[in-house]
Amino acid sequence: MSRHAVADAVRTQESYLDVKGRYSGLFGWIFSVDHKRIGLLYLGSVFLFFIVGIFLGLFMRLEQLTMGETLMTANMYNRLFTLHGVIMIFFFIIPGIAGTMGNFFLPIQIGAKDVFFPRLNLLSWWLYLAGAVLALFAIFSGEGMADTGWTFYVPYSVQTGTNVTLALFAAFILGFSSILTGLNFIATVHRLRAPGMTFHRMPLFIWSLYSTAWIQVLATPVVGITLLLVILERTLGIGIFNPAMGGDPILFQHLFWIYSHPAVYLMVLPGMGIVSEIIPTFCRRIIFGYKAIAWSSVGIAGVGTLVWGHHMYVSGQSSTASIVFSFLTFFVAIPTAIKVFNWVATMYKASIKVEVPFLYALAFLFHFLIGGLTGLMNAAISVDVHVHDTYFIVGHFHYTMFGGSVFALFGALYYWGPKMWGKMYHKKSAVVALVLQLIGFNMLYLTMMYMGYQGMPRRYYDHLPQFHDAHLVATVGSWFLVTGLLMMIGTLIHSIFKGEKAPQNPWGGTTLEWQVPTPPPLENFDVVPTITSGPYNHKEEAE
Amino acid sequence: MSNHAATLVAHKHPGDVEGVKIGMWLFLFTEMLLFGGLFIAYAVYRSIYSEAFHTAAANLDVTLGAVNTIFLLTSSLTVVLGIVALQKGKQKFAVLMIWLTVLFALGFMVNKYFEWSVKIHHGIYPGSPELLASHDKGEIVFYNLYYTMTGLHGLHVIIGLVVFFVVLYFIKRRPVVTEEMPFDILKHVRGGTRLAVLSEKGDELGTVAELDDKVELVDIRLTYEPVIEKMDPRNIIKLENAGLYWHLVDVIWIFLFPLFYLIS
Ligand code: HEM
Repeated sequence: MSRHAVADAVRTQESYLDVKGRYSGLFGWIFSVDHKRIGLLYLGSVFLFFIVGIFLGLFMRLEQLTMGETLMTANMYNRLFTLHGVIMIFFFIIPGIAGTMGNFFLPIQIGAKDVFFPRLNLLSWWLYLAGAVLALFAIFSGEGMADTGWTFYVPYSVQTGTNVTLALFAAFILGFSSILTGLNFIATVHRLRAPGMTFHRMPLFIWSLYSTAWIQVLATPVVGITLLLVILERTLGIGIFNPAMGGDPILFQHLFWIYSHPAVYLMVLPGMGIVSEIIPTFCRRIIFGYKAIAWSSVGIAGVGTLVWGHHMYVSGQSSTASIVFSFLTFFVAIPTAIKVFNWVATMYKASIKVEVPFLYALAFLFHFLIGGLTGLMNAAISVDVHVHDTYFIVGHFHYTMFGGSVFALFGALYYWGPKMWGKMYHKKSAVVALVLQLIGFNMLYLTMMYMGYQGMPRRYYDHLPQFHDAHLVATVGSWFLVTGLLMMIGTLIHSIFKGEKAPQNPWGGTTLEWQVPTPPPLENFDVVPTITSGPYNHKEEAE
Repeated sequence: MSNHAATLVAHKHPGDVEGVKIGMWLFLFTEMLLFGGLFIAYAVYRSIYSEAFHTAAANLDVTLGAVNTIFLLTSSLTVVLGIVALQKGKQKFAVLMIWLTVLFALGFMVNKYFEWSVKIHHGIYPGSPELLASHDKGEIVFYNLYYTMTGLHGLHVIIGLVVFFVVLYFIKRRPVVTEEMPFDILKHVRGGTRLAVLSEKGDELGTVAELDDKVELVDIRLTYEPVIEKMDPRNIIKLENAGLYWHLVDVIWIFLFPLFYLIS
């Protein structure tokens, strides 16, 4: 069968948005086991948290506008960056792509009607909600939000009077939710691929989700037990990490990063998957080095589990360990670079159609290049000792996580949004929003990196006079950035309610989601398709 | 009335046992890694305080530990017997085996209760002033790990108990099964035919009024309560998965027992 439908397929089933299930209205959503509705539930909830996180970031920047106390006390600043970090990591970016785009498109792209365990899928969203409620309690009850930073390092996280236990418990539950998503995706990829959909015919987005899912399943329990141990110390006095009881606080850092470093790949891999979908579609050609990109996802996931010690060069861990970790960290750059080169090679001499999703893919490449290369700098022990715990690090990880994965997610919203809600967006305002984001982003984080290199420490509510000008630039940058973000969210919401009707295949994509009606019917396919070729076959269209 | 022996194929989900197993194994991996974090902690502290671990372990009651080991190992056997029995359709025996497993698990917990209460009575519990004052750091770490690891394991035993009760409920239940069978009439019958659903013995279970030529599709919905001997095959996979979980609980204990009780 042709992978590329010329005319729109005739709709024989109602769109999943119109189907009347057992419940209607709100209940029709929050009790739905349809992977597409769950994907949108996730999308709504993670963006709610994202907006809260954005404003927390903005307030932190405002605090740095002048020297001394501008808006808040040092104590308040500590809570803000903790909450900002916890929200952005656990509530936004970890479920941000797998839970939203993954839930929606994983089954469709492999030719399945749903994920393997639909009810478990709904449960994972409910657990997310439970985590959110707990986090609210942590913020508004007792001593208020934790002030430890999102890393919850002992011994401070055991000593502080703030609501660390509740916050940890929320993170624990979110971890469980993330595990269930991962488990579901692995089972789905193994059992529900359409006939002929071999592993090497799967879209690259699926490869990235599959690698991510293994990290979710294998790494999350380790941080789960670590956080649990801190809870036990706070509640029952079981001081596994307490030096007074013979414990070792460094062990906490090891256990924490055994998960949390793989977790950064868990955040970025799906973003890379999205870029691998967008680039061939708008270059209208087969992707260069399909297998190299696919297996480099697995490579990153694999090597990424062995590099956690590069967060701990100055912790007092053995210097032999540091050297090994440093070497392995350099090693991760190889599969990552393989991807970047293949993307660029795909674009080389292609007849590129420039649309908003493609621009976001370029923004991803640009930011990720900076983030990745500064990552190599941090991997070098001698440099890291100098920049550890400075704004350089904060700049670096915003470039990878925010400039990288989150920009990829934005790209996906423009790329797949028309399929998800059946409406096109307003192109001009989308482009303006992107330009604002680019200006703001780079003004903010490039300046942060510069300050960090000069010695501006992270997690300080105040700064020395020599950093004043740079802080001013960064704060103004944050205004551009936030304006761009809000404008983008506005554009997307406008497209949902007022956008023009989207055709079945607005971009000429070749993967399966473009062969089903827009928006897809409840069970995605009338007839489960049989797959006869790889995912990015643009040839048939040219013939 | 023309009689056509057409076989109706039920359009239920095929029930992919393989996939359910994959899900269960992935879940077991997460459990292993959860405990894995604790085993790493154990390895680190034991290498630092090997002497103190040695002394502290001498205070644990090897007999109680051994009895518990026997309890758990035997219970793994009874679960397997239960699974085999259920596969062969011997429901009563399977239920008996599950109850035996539950008994062993309860025995384990009772033992554990006595073991812990004696320790707590002697002032050995996390954060107790006596423990902190009169033992050296290595021993404190030993007991902290002991309580955390056997405690978490005990929690898993309790979860296992709950799981077995759930499985028992499903086995005992007589489920009402509804099957939908869209039946392509055109292939088989002409106008004027009467359609009937017959039991195996040939008794008429239900009829549809006479059909004319315009009818193309008849939906037949059968709702029935299976007799207890012919229970729902999905119960087997439920019990198998419960069994897998129980083996994991068992395997973890097999590591905990020597690491805490036998190193003195
Ligand atoms: C408008 C958007 C954002 C702004 C203005 C912003 C700003 C900031 C600022 C000022 C800090 C604290 C620096 C310090 O004093 O140590 C920070 C920390 C952090 N940000 Fe962002 N950020 C934004 C978006 C994001 C996103 C999208 C993510 C993740 C995907 C993220 C993750 C983090 C993390 C993990 C920390 C560290 C928190 C900690 O130190 O415990 N941020 N951000």
